Amino acid sequence: MRHRGLRWAAGLYVALIFLFLYLPIVVLVVFSFNKSRLNAVWTGFTFDWYRQLWTDFAIWRATGNSLIVGVASAVISTAIGTMAAFALHRYSFRGKAAFESFLQLPIVIPEIVMGVSLLAFYALIDMPLGIQTVTIAHVAFNISFVAVIVRARLYAFDFTLEEAAMDLGANRRQTFFRVTLPLIAPGVAAGFLIALTLSLDDFIIAFFTAGPGATTLPMQVYSMMRFGVTPKVNALSTLILAVVIVIGVVGQFLLRARAQKEAGGRAA
Amino acid sequence: MATSQTLARERALDTSDVMRRKLYGAHLLLLPAYLWLGLFFLFPLLIIVYYSVSQAGGAGFTLEHYARLWDPLYGRILWRSFWLAVLTTAITIVLAYPFAYALARAPRRWRMFLLMLSVIPFWTNFLIRTYAWMVILRSNGLVNSVLASLGLIERPLSLLYTPGAVLLGLVYGFLPFMILPIYASIDRLEPSLLEAASDLGARPRQTFWRVTLPLTAPGIAAGVLLVFVPVLGMFVIPDLMGGAKVTLVGNLIQNQFLSARNWEFGSAASVVLMALVVIGLRIYKRFFRLEGVF
Repeated sequence: MRHRGLRWAAGLYVALIFLFLYLPIVVLVVFSFNKSRLNAVWTGFTFDWYRQLWTDFAIWRATGNSLIVGVASAVISTAIGTMAAFALHRYSFRGKAAFESFLQLPIVIPEIVMGVSLLAFYALIDMPLGIQTVTIAHVAFNISFVAVIVRARLYAFDFTLEEAAMDLGANRRQTFFRVTLPLIAPGVAAGFLIALTLSLDDFIIAFFTAGPGATTLPMQVYSMMRFGVTPKVNALSTLILAVVIVIGVVGQFLLRARAQKEAGGRAA
Repeated sequence: MATSQTLARERALDTSDVMRRKLYGAHLLLLPAYLWLGLFFLFPLLIIVYYSVSQAGGAGFTLEHYARLWDPLYGRILWRSFWLAVLTTAITIVLAYPFAYALARAPRRWRMFLLMLSVIPFWTNFLIRTYAWMVILRSNGLVNSVLASLGLIERPLSLLYTPGAVLLGLVYGFLPFMILPIYASIDRLEPSLLEAASDLGARPRQTFWRVTLPLTAPGIAAGVLLVFVPVLGMFVIPDLMGGAKVTLVGNLIQNQFLSARNWEFGSAASVVLMALVVIGLRIYKRFFRLEGVF
């Protein structure tokens, strides 16, 4: 009897936490379709706010900027981070432990400190703030994340396969592109996606390192929020949320399908 | 860093040609990371450290900016940031632990679904999550209009732009970072250990305090790391949900760099924040024997 009461209490608690997690988001989405500008009382259904977004040039430009910075910084940091992960996985050398600690620093240093230090750096070398300065900053914090993730995947990599390829007459280049790279590709792809996500999501570092012409999407959201609560921000947030959830769910689905396929392949 | 020296030393240790080529390869692979992080991460941090001990506008050396941080006005900001981070972390632990426990003990087919359901809201940007609360809390927001229509209040309550709103925003923003590691540690817990405890006569409460909690402490420790450090440097949530009223060290740094334009003082505050985090993590890591965390 007591046990059953406990289960009820646990279920209720879980439900309450989910309510806490979802209520703000549901309210946000619902009021993006509200006619009233004040988004406190429901006055009727409308798509007006979405229509306004569609014609807002600043939002399109900010989205474009975010994508440019995201893809560019993810490509560069994936290349650099993967090379570093390789070196750390394969070789032991003097100062390796120190370098590994150093590599973790960008992950643990408060973002605001990274932001202001880069701002000071760009000012010192007289580099005008713009797309390139945000991209450089994003690469700097992404390298560490990529290196950590790719390295975790490399533990499963069998390096004797490389030796086998070379014994069979492949040169270094062929070995890398036809044996090594395909095998580590999932890890590299995971690193790339993390870097892209972190870059698209970053507000704080972009806030300090982007110039007036290089507003990214989170910066655009922030400036609209400071201006006040309007259903237009609700609509923009809803769209971002929808895109993120679709990508996330599809990603999970693909991962699961792959895991099942691999498990099936092993069983066969 | 000292690449040629290291190489020379290695060469003396091991003269085999293969070894030499391998080490050369290692540093060649690391070279882009050395350069990028050296130039765009380490060097900027050194600039901040340099500014923090420089006289404003002049070239002289001074510790006045650090001394100024001890001034009660700024000391209070540092103290408040620290306590708010502690409070946020404590509340997230209290909220997350029973939730994670219930999730980990849910029927297997429900578990992954519930876990995913609890992280989905956090795939989106934290600005948007903060904004959602602003919609609910502001003076003509949802809470006030519901209360007014029920006739419970005559004038809107001021809920937004208060310290409580900042705390709520921080707890909401960082809750999943506590849920996930605690869930992982409870999920790994061996049920036979709990059975053994109760077979040996422990009451459920004793089993919890003496078996479950100590064994899941690493999960809490990891969660604390993921919540405490970012909250300590946070300036956006206090800015948006606290109005100009709740100033934290993050707001102080932002203000000194962008508005007051006293970069030397802002640098000193940044160095103190960075030092707190790095030294704190070192002690923390030793204490909890966390691996793979700086």
